[in-house]
Amino acid sequence: MELFTNQVLAGIATGAIYACMALAVVMIYQAIDHLNFAQGEMAMFSTFISWQLMQWGVSYWAAFLITLAFSFVAGIAIERILFKPLVKAPVLTNVAGFIALFAIINSSAGLIWDFTIKQYPTPFGSAPFLGSQLISTHQAGMIGVTVALLLALYFFFQYTRIGLAMRAAASVPESARLVGINTSWMIALGWGMATAIGSIAGMLIAPVVFLEPNMMGGVLIYGFAAAVLGGLSSPFGAVVGGFLVGVFENLAGTYIPGVGNELKLPIALALIISVLVVKPAGLFGRHIVKRV
Amino acid sequence: MSAAEEVVAEGHEAVEAVPKRAMTLGTGTSLVVLAALLIVPMFVKNFIIFQMTMLLIYGLAVLALNILTGGSGQFSLGQSAFYAVGAYVSAVLMEHANVNYALTIPISAVICFGFGYLFGKPALRLSGIYLALATFALATAMPQLLKLNFLEHWTGGVQGLVVTKPDAPFGLPMSQDMWLYYFTLAVTVAIYIFSVNLLRSRSGRAFMAIRDNEIAASSMGVNVALYKTLAFGVSAGITGVAGSLGAIAVQFVAPDSYTITLAISLFLGMVVGGVGWLPGSFVGAAFIIFVPNMAESISKGLSGAVFGVLLFLVIYLVPHGARQVAILGQQLVGKLRKN
Amino acid sequence: MYFGRTLRAAALVTATAAITLTSGAALAQKKYDTGASDTEIKIGNIMPYSGPASAYGIIGKTEEAYFKMINDKGGINGRKINFVTYDDGYSPPKAVEQVRKLVESDEVLVVFNPLGTPSNSAIQKYLNSKKIPQLFVATGATKWNDPKNFPWTMGWQPSYQSEAQIYAKWLMKEKPDAKIAILYQNDDFGKDYLKGTKDGLGAKASSMIVMEESYEVSEPSIDGHIVKIKAANPDVLLIYTTPKFAAQTIKKTAELSWKPLQILTNVSISVGSVMKPAGFENAQGVLSAAYAKDSTDPQWANDPGMKKWNEFVDKYMPGADKSDTSMVYGYGAASTLAKVLEMCGDDLTRANIMKQAASLKDFAPDTLLPGVKINTSPTDFAPIAQLQMMRFKGEKWELFGEIISGDVASE
Repeated sequence: MELFTNQVLAGIATGAIYACMALAVVMIYQAIDHLNFAQGEMAMFSTFISWQLMQWGVSYWAAFLITLAFSFVAGIAIERILFKPLVKAPVLTNVAGFIALFAIINSSAGLIWDFTIKQYPTPFGSAPFLGSQLISTHQAGMIGVTVALLLALYFFFQYTRIGLAMRAAASVPESARLVGINTSWMIALGWGMATAIGSIAGMLIAPVVFLEPNMMGGVLIYGFAAAVLGGLSSPFGAVVGGFLVGVFENLAGTYIPGVGNELKLPIALALIISVLVVKPAGLFGRHIVKRV
Repeated sequence: MSAAEEVVAEGHEAVEAVPKRAMTLGTGTSLVVLAALLIVPMFVKNFIIFQMTMLLIYGLAVLALNILTGGSGQFSLGQSAFYAVGAYVSAVLMEHANVNYALTIPISAVICFGFGYLFGKPALRLSGIYLALATFALATAMPQLLKLNFLEHWTGGVQGLVVTKPDAPFGLPMSQDMWLYYFTLAVTVAIYIFSVNLLRSRSGRAFMAIRDNEIAASSMGVNVALYKTLAFGVSAGITGVAGSLGAIAVQFVAPDSYTITLAISLFLGMVVGGVGWLPGSFVGAAFIIFVPNMAESISKGLSGAVFGVLLFLVIYLVPHGARQVAILGQQLVGKLRKN
Repeated sequence: MYFGRTLRAAALVTATAAITLTSGAALAQKKYDTGASDTEIKIGNIMPYSGPASAYGIIGKTEEAYFKMINDKGGINGRKINFVTYDDGYSPPKAVEQVRKLVESDEVLVVFNPLGTPSNSAIQKYLNSKKIPQLFVATGATKWNDPKNFPWTMGWQPSYQSEAQIYAKWLMKEKPDAKIAILYQNDDFGKDYLKGTKDGLGAKASSMIVMEESYEVSEPSIDGHIVKIKAANPDVLLIYTTPKFAAQTIKKTAELSWKPLQILTNVSISVGSVMKPAGFENAQGVLSAAYAKDSTDPQWANDPGMKKWNEFVDKYMPGADKSDTSMVYGYGAASTLAKVLEMCGDDLTRANIMKQAASLKDFAPDTLLPGVKINTSPTDFAPIAQLQMMRFKGEKWELFGEIISGDVASE
């Protein structure tokens, strides 16, 4: 029983990583109706920027805020410069664009900061949380920030005009344009916000997994999976999805004999697919009705 | 609360509708290309022949993806899984059961067809981003499955298996590389002709109807479930054949050879070649084989970035892939003819 | 007697003439295989400059810089080294393509220090069938020491199995009642260590090993595995992981306030890339073994070998991170190749290169630990087979004990 609770707690701790990433994924999906493969890499690059600032003597919180602002602007810039010209191109071409962006960012980070791992500080410390050795204060802090972000996003989308405009622009662009929403800039704004959220995710994840250019590769797929499980239209679902994936993966690894350990990721993904087969829009997603 | 989604909106369809006639090259051009493919190997070094063989093999894999995505509109980021199964089927049969290499090809095709068909069944309920994720899951699972301990006796586990390259039969005076090239060329031409005919047939029309508007197709009596799983099966079978040929050409199989990077490369090959344009598969394959080498020679440290930049250039200039270039070429020839 | 003297004189003259002619002929006889000439020696190499193992790409860069240094000093026996290196992205099919390019298009003399067990497994048969040296392979897999079946393939670093056996034997001596848990990467690297450990423990393996836990490279964090291992309550943890995961492991065990005896693979001993991120206070008492000098260890500050290394880095790789053990590795491997080529003199045939490589006697590159020497023979294709154990204390590794030999032949 103790092992079970331990694994659940450890799963929640790891799940916080996935939940963070999943929020960024949902954010971009809300804006552009696609998943951006390069999201993880952009988060990684932002985290490196903040690391570099700290190497140059900037304090943690100053670096955090500067990076946040930088990421927001960079996200908008990337969208305007690289992806706006592709807006009329087929979807698959856009996906190829994301992959190209991934390659560029990953390679550049490798050249600038090389591939050895770097330590990344945490504002929350690494002591055991509430005496539990399984969750450190950092991980508790990570969960806290994720939940706070989630609430902020929820308020943004539900109760602000811009949030509503963004949702409208993503789901029914023609109608949105008819009521005067500048859909093009909504997309840019969505990119900016997603990149900023991604940078927060990166800065929270790096203390646990250590900073290096390939840090987000594994995390991104978990982020996607969690977002899809929770429902791509629901930030709340993304966070819940993240925790569920983390816990389930740990339990699968511990209790499924023989192959459980070697097949942790495929089993987690299989679970998600089974959920999708039953609930195609994810656990908390809005049910999409196709109008013929 | 439910959200209504407009199904037919310009620019929003998932996969572009490519008219049937535009899916292949004209007969004249095809013959010229075939002649070139037949003659060139006699004048170049073995290494170039090897690269040309790999081009045909990856071209086959991209072709299979084109049938699945460009033909029936189903996303797949998991082709590397079928490629891996095909490769291992050949390797295991050749090394453990001493089966002749040529015989492993049809066996691999059948096994992978079955595998694809079985995967297509639960995938029926998924589409778009969800199907992409499911196929992605398959692609990431495959290397781990290949490493499983209880299969190690057959698969060689993480160490992989070394595959023996066949000699030219009947004592023909050609190198192993050259023989394998012609063998691969024969298989490729056969599969290409088969694919063209498939897409022109009733099944092909069913695929395209499903791709363009699934609900309409279903209401017109097309058995959507059957054709969708069939598309997966055919696509998997062809990818499996490509995998088998790949295993023989490279003479080695290992779980690390078939990661998600391969699936993503094949996807890029399809986009660069032009989704739904079968001949473009080979252009796409050339892109994914040669452009990384070019990028590396430009800058070793930034080879990934250079590749990304080149990829961006391509998709800016020709967002619809090589097919766009071909259409432009066709228009140019038409204009010249008029004058 | 006069006749005898004439005979002896004649014999002497003939003998002298014969010796002069043949040795003169030998001296004048330059033998080249493709890739070698009067002015240059072409060396081929593949490294993962991109992809999951790109952290090792610096080895190739170090070797490139080293050969540049050699060339600046006049080359080897008057010939410049042309070092051609390609990226294989740690993918076997790409490795095959790049090696074929090196051999058939670039026409190199040898393929030196190719990295990665999967890539090397893929090219081994090809290179051996073409009789091209696959020299000083950059992986610790045991299977490169097999001169009978693969006479053209030779390893360089101590094999993983021999290192694991050294740990196993140490444990049997110092902690015979230990309960051992093994965390290993689920690939050839980790599995080789696992096998070496079990072989080393012999009959006691099943009673001493309480848990074998594998993980995948694609996992972002292995914390869950550590929790699982802790539940089995072992008192020794063998950490057979690559650097990133080693740092995570050491950090996590400390966070869990769990203090097993941790033994770390030589691959992950970097002070800058592993011990520091993990936290020096967490890493106290961790054991490992080494065959090369640590560039961050002040005890080598006046060591002539490391001084040369430092000068080399300052001049030819300015700005590089000196705490990266890969740079020490690349320097050591390249200097071994330089020695072999030097020993070849003017006979730069591939067969002679293998012959010279298999005749290294007590060769000590600048960067190996004092007492660790390179020895090869026609039946021993494992150049470095000695390690010394060390314990992490304060902010550095402290060597202890004797130099141990861990020769493991391939099966």
